[in-house]
Amino acid sequence: MLDRVAALGRTTLNTIAGAGAAFFMLMRALVGKPTLRKSWPLLMQQMYSVGVLSLVIIVVSGLFIGMVLGLQGYTILVDFGAEQSLGPMVALSLLRELGPVVTALLFAGRAGSALTAEIGLMKATEQLSSLEMMGVDPLRRVISPRFWAGFYSMPILALVFSAVGIYGGYLVGVRWLGVDDGAFWSVMQSNVEWGQDIVNGIIKSLVFAFVVTWIALYKGYSCTPTSVGISRATTSTVVTASLAVLGLDFVLTALMFG
Amino acid sequence: MQTAQKSTSNQPQTHSNDEALVVIDNIDFAHGFGAHQVYRGLSMRIPKGKITAVMGPSGIGKTTLLRLIGAQLRPQQGTITFAGENIHALGRSDLYELRKRMSMLFQSGALFTDMTVYDNVAFPIREHSQLPEEIIETIVKLKLEAVGLRGARHLMPAELSGGMARRAALARAIALDPELIMYDEPFAGQDPISMGVIVKLIKELNQSLGLTSIVVTHDVAEVMTIADYVYIIADKKVVGHGTPSELEASDDPLVHQFLHGEADGPVPFHYAAPSLEDELLGVDNAR
Repeated sequence: MLDRVAALGRTTLNTIAGAGAAFFMLMRALVGKPTLRKSWPLLMQQMYSVGVLSLVIIVVSGLFIGMVLGLQGYTILVDFGAEQSLGPMVALSLLRELGPVVTALLFAGRAGSALTAEIGLMKATEQLSSLEMMGVDPLRRVISPRFWAGFYSMPILALVFSAVGIYGGYLVGVRWLGVDDGAFWSVMQSNVEWGQDIVNGIIKSLVFAFVVTWIALYKGYSCTPTSVGISRATTSTVVTASLAVLGLDFVLTALMFG
Repeated sequence: MQTAQKSTSNQPQTHSNDEALVVIDNIDFAHGFGAHQVYRGLSMRIPKGKITAVMGPSGIGKTTLLRLIGAQLRPQQGTITFAGENIHALGRSDLYELRKRMSMLFQSGALFTDMTVYDNVAFPIREHSQLPEEIIETIVKLKLEAVGLRGARHLMPAELSGGMARRAALARAIALDPELIMYDEPFAGQDPISMGVIVKLIKELNQSLGLTSIVVTHDVAEVMTIADYVYIIADKKVVGHGTPSELEASDDPLVHQFLHGEADGPVPFHYAAPSLEDELLGVDNAR
C-alpha cells in the first residue's frame, strides 16, 4: 500500500516537474538577447528543414482536399440550384478550418516527428551534453531556431494549403463540373472577409504552430535517450500535438465565430 | 610498504599538498526524487596538473560524477568547487562562462554528425571567439595534428572508426585550451592499438598543455600506467584511494577484488535475491 502511495506521489511529482521543465525550456530558449550573426543562418537552415521540405506534402494534400471539397460541395449545392456558392464554400472551409487544422496535423506528422527524433538522437549521442560542456547553451543553439522556424513556417504553409485547395476546388467545380467561372470567383470575393476569415485563420495557425512546435521540441529534449525512448517520444509528439490541435481548434472556433 | 587509504570520513580526501583544482565535499546525489541513491557523502580532491583516475564497477555512477563536476547535475547535498568557485551556486551565464575552462570527452565522442571533423573542432572556437577564419584554420590544424588526424579533417563523423572519432572529439575538447579535461570511459570498446594511442594522448596532452585530467574508467591496466592518483568508488562512496603503487599494495578486499578482476568478493557475483532453495521449493515470497 505504501509503495503504491509512494509511486503515485513520484508520478505526480514527475508530471509537475515535466510541465515546469517544458515551460522553463521554452522560456530559456526564447528569452535573451538574440545575436543576429549566429541566429540568422541557423533560423534559415531550420526554415528550410521544417518549412520548405514540408511543402510537397502540404501542396499535394491541399490540392486533393480542395478537389474533394469542390466535388462534395457541388453535389450538395446543385440540388438547391446554389452551385454558384461553391467558391465561398470551398474558400471559407479552407481558410477558417481545414487550412490551419490539416496543415497543423500534417506538420505534426512530418516536421514535428522529425524535430523530436532529431533532438532525441542528439540527446542519445550526447551532442546536447557536449554543447553544454563547451559552454554553448543547447536551448539557444538547438531549440530556439527550431522553435521560431516552426512558428513562422506553419502559418505560411497553411496559407499555401488554402490557396492550393481553392485552386483544387476551382479545377473540379469550374473546369470539370461546369460552374460559372465568374460566379465562382466573384461570389467568393464578396463573401470572404479579410479580418473575420483570413486573419482568424492565420491566428489559429500561429497558435497551432506554437503548440505543435513546443510539444515536438520538448518531447525530443526530455525523451529517454534510447532507441525505444526516441520511438516513444516521436509517437507521443504526433498523438499529443494532434489532440492538442483538435481541442484548441474547438476553443478558438468558439471564441472567433461562436 | 605503502598502503592505500580507506575512506571512512566525510571530509575531502587529502592525498598530497598539491593545489586542488576540483574539490568535491561530502555530496549526496540521487536520481528521480530519491528513487535511486547514487552517492552518499562522497568527497574527493582533484589535484591541479595531474591525471586522476576514478574507477569502479559498471553502473556505479562514474559518468554521473563527471556530470556533477560539469554542473549538468546538481547534488542534493554538499558542494563541488572548481578553481575555488562553488559551481552549483553560479548563475546560468556565469556557469556557461566557467565551462569554457573545462572540457569533457564523452564516451561516444559526441561529434556533431552534420559537420566535418574540421568544423567539429572549429565549432567551440567559432562560438566563443571573433577570430578570423584563417587563424581558426591554423588552430584547428594544430589541434588535429596533436591527435594525428590532420589528414582526416574533411571526413564526416560517420566515416571515422571508433578510435578516430574519439581522437577527433579529443581535438575538439582541447580546442579552447581548457584547464580541466574529463574523460568518460576513453578506452571503452577500443582495439589495442587505438587504446594505446589514447593512453599516449592523455599522458602527452596532460604534460604538454599543463592540463588537469580526470579519467573515469574501469580499464584498470591502462589507467594505472598513466594515473598520478586513483580513486575507487563503490557502494555510493570512495572505498579506496592512493597512488597506483599504493593501491596495488593494498590489502583492502574490495580494492583487491576490483584491481584483480575477481568474480566474487565484497562485490558479490550474485545480484541480491532469496536463496535458490527457497525459490525452487516455491516459498511464497521468493518471487
